[in-house]
Amino acid sequence: MIGTGILKGMAVTARNFVGSYFDKERLVTVQYPEERNPLPENYRNFPFLIYDGDDAHAGLRCVACKICEKECPPQCIYIVKSEDKKPDYMGKPQFYPKVFDIDVSVCMSCQICVEVCPFEAIKMDKDFELSTRERFDALLMRKDALAKSNDYYRRISPSDAREVDAKLAAAAEAAAKKKAAAPGAMPPAAAVPVASN
Amino acid sequence: MSATVETLEAMERPPVSMGSRLEGELLEVSMGPQHPSTHGVFRMNVALEGEIVRKLKPVFGYLHRNHEKIGENTSYLGSMPYTDRLDYFCSMTNNWAYALSVEKLAGIEVPERAEYLRVILAELTRLQNHASLLGFLLNDMGAWGTPLMYAFREREKILDLFESLSGSRMMCDYMRFGGCRVDASPEWLDYAKKIVDRFPRFVDELEQLIVGNEVVIARTQNVGNVSAELAVSAGITGPMLRACGVNYDLRKVDGYGFYPRFKFRIPLGEHGDTYDRLMMRLLEMRESVGILRQAFEQLPSGPIINPKVKIRAFRPPVGEAYGRIEAPKGELGFYLISDGGPNPYRYRVRPPSFINLTILEDMCLGHTVADVMVILGSVDIVMGEVDR
Repeated sequence: MIGTGILKGMAVTARNFVGSYFDKERLVTVQYPEERNPLPENYRNFPFLIYDGDDAHAGLRCVACKICEKECPPQCIYIVKSEDKKPDYMGKPQFYPKVFDIDVSVCMSCQICVEVCPFEAIKMDKDFELSTRERFDALLMRKDALAKSNDYYRRISPSDAREVDAKLAAAAEAAAKKKAAAPGAMPPAAAVPVASN
Repeated sequence: MSATVETLEAMERPPVSMGSRLEGELLEVSMGPQHPSTHGVFRMNVALEGEIVRKLKPVFGYLHRNHEKIGENTSYLGSMPYTDRLDYFCSMTNNWAYALSVEKLAGIEVPERAEYLRVILAELTRLQNHASLLGFLLNDMGAWGTPLMYAFREREKILDLFESLSGSRMMCDYMRFGGCRVDASPEWLDYAKKIVDRFPRFVDELEQLIVGNEVVIARTQNVGNVSAELAVSAGITGPMLRACGVNYDLRKVDGYGFYPRFKFRIPLGEHGDTYDRLMMRLLEMRESVGILRQAFEQLPSGPIINPKVKIRAFRPPVGEAYGRIEAPKGELGFYLISDGGPNPYRYRVRPPSFINLTILEDMCLGHTVADVMVILGSVDIVMGEVDR
């Protein structure tokens, strides 16, 4: 009989309509921004720079090696290396980025910079509410805006941060052991005033 | 870009069942590029006689982003996130096709667990692609909203899975040469199993909603017929080819990945019309659920990436390779020529939806304008892949 197919379809819509009052599976709307779904731990959007401790300049892990700048597919990273050096987390004198810009209007959140970084200095952020009133300077993230503390990273992705912390602690320990084993060991570089070259 | 349509006096008129038989001038209508039913920025120059399509010329390139040239100027790894943006509904299968061709080029082995994860993610992609395609198709037919919302509700669950695994809903960038980037945790697998187990309920509902529906039957049966000969000679692949009754599925033909280890059937159509194409998607979703269940059962533990593959300074040996997979839309292939450098010498994509679109005119001639929408919807195009 003509019309039975349509009636069957209407039964499905009726089931969905009534079910939306009782069945959580059928009522999936989330009233953003009042309600929010929790973000998954692997969620990523734009990169940021990590610093250890409290001082964003002294603790910055980035050594301006420019690997991420080179590997970034849309080339949204711009780095200028410093002339002088500052001690890194292991006390070894290293360069630091004088300028570190990420154009988040160009960035495509591919996290290749995170994968290639040998210093665990750049990680993916979870902050996605980034709307601005203009599209040039406001979307160009400078070093100050990018630098975020390790505590922040521990908070947004705890299990990754734990892995990274363990890896860095092991590296620091190995370096300290090597230094102690070497005859006539120099005092830790952190204590020595850094010579500019 | 000139897009004129010549007058068609010399052309033989196909028989029509409806519309005006009055002799008159052809009316040229430019549909798109901003048209709700063209699935993106796609334009068709249609020559109409009354309501009947007498000539149709597709115009595309509005979403051209220079994908292939970019691929030749970035490193091999750097192209991986760009492949997400080809067919932005199925980034996982795009990743797989690209990774497969690079693995062929460089002779990289993939660990067993990674292959299983790839199968799982590709089949999940197929589920969500077909679900949203059916929603869009019914949307084009005038079932405004309802089936699309149901389809998107289910699609969103699968996208949540992708997000919790890879970090992004649509731009997953999940696969790497020689494996995958992140391992699936046991909780993720449990959740995925739960979603896959619930999925047939949605397929049943969708089937009830559309299969016997008189309006759907009137709008789709005998609309946009494609013969098997035309489909084969035009290089059509995927559900569109199988709707014509040609048994060609790369999962069976090539047996890439671990597909030979799974038991599944290839649904085949008979008439090659829009209704068969629609049914192909429904049936394929059921088969995908079956593959997923087997894959969850067989999933071994172990590493997910080949540790020998370097992330930086990856240089495959001189040579060429063509890797292809059965993407939800058809055969997706990447052809790469390496000169030994860090970026490919030639990078070519064989996009299924672009090649499936080439017979649009053959399908539309003699039908009404309203049918053009339905036929175009059943081809399953994504302009990101057509224009690249």
